[in-house]
Amino acid sequence: MAGVVSTTLSGIRYLLNHLPEFWELLAEHMVLVIVSEMLAVSIAIPLGVIAARHEKLKSPILSVGNVAQTIPPLAVIALMFPILGLGFLPSFVALFIYALLPVMVNTITGLESVEEGTIDAAKGMGMTQNERLTKIRFPLALPVIFAGIRTSTVINVGTAYLAFFIGGGGLGAWVISGINLFNMPQVFAGAISGAVLAISLDLILAAVENRLGSTGPASAQVAA
Amino acid sequence: MIEFEDVTKVYPDGTKAIEDISFTVEEGTTTVLVGPSGCGKTTSMKLVNRLEEPTEGTVYVNGTDNQELDKIDLRRTIGYVIQEIGLFDHMTVGENIATVPELVGWDQSRIDDRVDELLELMDLSSDYRNQYPRELSGGQRQRIGVARALAADPDILLMDEPFGALDPITRENLQDEFLQIQERINTTILFVTHSIDEALKMGDRIAIFDVGEIVQYDTPAEILSNPKNEFVENFIGENQAFKQLSITRVREVMDEPQDHESASAEVAPAADGGEYYSISPDNSLQLGLTRLLSIEHTTLPVVEDGEVIGYLTEDHVRSYFDSAGEQ
Amino acid sequence: MEPLFISPYIEFVTENFDQLVARLVEHILITAETVLIAVPIAVGLGVLITYNDRAATAVLWAAGIAMTIPSLAAFGLLVPFLGIGSDPVVFTLVLYSQLPVIRNTYVGLTGVEEAMKEAGRGLGMTRRQRLRRIQIPMALPIILAGVRNAVVIVVGVAAVGAYIGAGGLGEFIFNGIRQGDSVMIVVATVVVSLLALAADYGIATVEQLLRIHNGEEVEQRVSTQLIERAV
Repeated sequence: MAGVVSTTLSGIRYLLNHLPEFWELLAEHMVLVIVSEMLAVSIAIPLGVIAARHEKLKSPILSVGNVAQTIPPLAVIALMFPILGLGFLPSFVALFIYALLPVMVNTITGLESVEEGTIDAAKGMGMTQNERLTKIRFPLALPVIFAGIRTSTVINVGTAYLAFFIGGGGLGAWVISGINLFNMPQVFAGAISGAVLAISLDLILAAVENRLGSTGPASAQVAA
Repeated sequence: MIEFEDVTKVYPDGTKAIEDISFTVEEGTTTVLVGPSGCGKTTSMKLVNRLEEPTEGTVYVNGTDNQELDKIDLRRTIGYVIQEIGLFDHMTVGENIATVPELVGWDQSRIDDRVDELLELMDLSSDYRNQYPRELSGGQRQRIGVARALAADPDILLMDEPFGALDPITRENLQDEFLQIQERINTTILFVTHSIDEALKMGDRIAIFDVGEIVQYDTPAEILSNPKNEFVENFIGENQAFKQLSITRVREVMDEPQDHESASAEVAPAADGGEYYSISPDNSLQLGLTRLLSIEHTTLPVVEDGEVIGYLTEDHVRSYFDSAGEQ
Repeated sequence: MEPLFISPYIEFVTENFDQLVARLVEHILITAETVLIAVPIAVGLGVLITYNDRAATAVLWAAGIAMTIPSLAAFGLLVPFLGIGSDPVVFTLVLYSQLPVIRNTYVGLTGVEEAMKEAGRGLGMTRRQRLRRIQIPMALPIILAGVRNAVVIVVGVAAVGAYIGAGGLGEFIFNGIRQGDSVMIVVATVVVSLLALAADYGIATVEQLLRIHNGEEVEQRVSTQLIERAV
């Protein structure tokens, strides 16, 4: 236990002593995570909406999406190397692809899960297909879509550490070189900041979700 | 036998569910607790198998204060049927029915025999045994619910709105069937419903609940002819004479023929039509009238065990209706 | 596309077949060890927190936090305490498996219809009998779905564990990156992905069989149909 406390303290000390470098790595990490996630969300939701409308598109997308989600993050990162080489771009593309599918799958399942009766009622009130989508289906699907965004963001923060293996930068630099040099304070400084980042992003997304008026925490989602 | 003696139930949050209630359900009879929602009828029922505990007073089950009995043992000797049925979806029909016998450790062959017996009693073929509840209709599911409650041969049966979730026709059929079953099994029954019509039909005695108290505890006939106060009168509603028809059995007003031959001769044309053109002596006069109106003949044969034992005419019903109306 | 396109990969596989199998076995063993430790703990916790809402919130929250710790960082941090090798990896993976299994156990047990629980009570089942005869069988497919989720995560994250000497298929991936050997990377990632898919598919099949056993109507997978037909 004493070891844990002293490691924690030395980790924080390391961080404070290397603040300029820390900001740089954190910035790289955040750019990797946030930009790839936002791009993924802005493409995945419209694609999901379109797919949900077309029976023929829906099931192949859902099965590809489900298969893709079982592929390990390290595999996705590593596969970028033979295709795009080393650096920021391959890391970014890997994170983008890895975030894209869960959000799309959740968009489709969220839209699908709206009860038939609710939709019939909306039809009966004379809503057009677009009105039903924007006023009924989408708001009701929002908790499920948000659960997908939150999960994929948290995973994304963790996966971004692996980006350092293919030269993508980020907090992985401290953790990986710390492991190589057996520099535990450095590993800790790199690790804890990423965990805090993941939790903060999750809380921010939860707050955004609340503002948008949907209910139900992501943790209430059951793995299917 | 079930006895309530000055029973009061107050919930922890201070809501008084029932206050100072006393009544007795005699052995082998059916008492129906009826009243608007929130009147305490379901709470009263749950006091019997100790799903609720009284704040004051005593509930006796077969003469013993039920607080002295082990809760779990008590519940295993009391059948329990609820509106939502609560069949265990992951068990087959057979396994569902066998629940309590298994809990109390009957041997397998005895359980198997009992399940067969109950399926037959419920008029379900033994094919249902290995089906799952989800594959059944609402009426079939509730039959299984009743069979499960009866499995370990309880002396007492508690039924909380058992037919409440069914469509009117299925409900009516199940009520009729259950009345026949009750005659065979002769269990003491406490039955909860919000429908006065169901209460009149099913009950030997009826306890009409207002908020937290019993306003009148009487036989159906007495309640119809002598409602104690305005609340009861409003609760029974209009058409009291017509309701009287629903609690009167055909047997009470039919004409018995002098000899079998003449009876058969008189009703022969109608009897050809099969079941629909005859009626059982235990059916209600209301059903008799419905059938009379739906056939062209003015005479309806009364059939018991495949034999014509009498006949019912519109005149019988009319004169009964008149006398009920005068009361 | 000419057939020669896949020949380097086939060549790699034939040349390194023994190594590949050895790493695959290591990977499976790490996964199995994790599951054997993690599932009893998580199911136990999931059952316990059904007794107390506040404990449920706290435990689910803690398990959620555990998942936000980057795997690589967790490995690194545990090395001073548990040394190099598979121990820190298994420890981390056990932590990661907690959330899906605890959550699904909890939701599965508490999600059983009120009417069934009430009927169980009314028929004279004790709390334990209700748990064993109603809640657990009803929750089992849901718990298994959580296990499936956890296993997929474990197979994936175990690959990263090779970096601190845990062995497994991740070793090929890291060597491939280090040596700039694309073929090695592709073969290793394909094998590890297939392993994850196979585990996912296998457990999903068991889950379906359980659902069918529970009388649910499900759209059957090919594997489920085959097993059903065989039985």
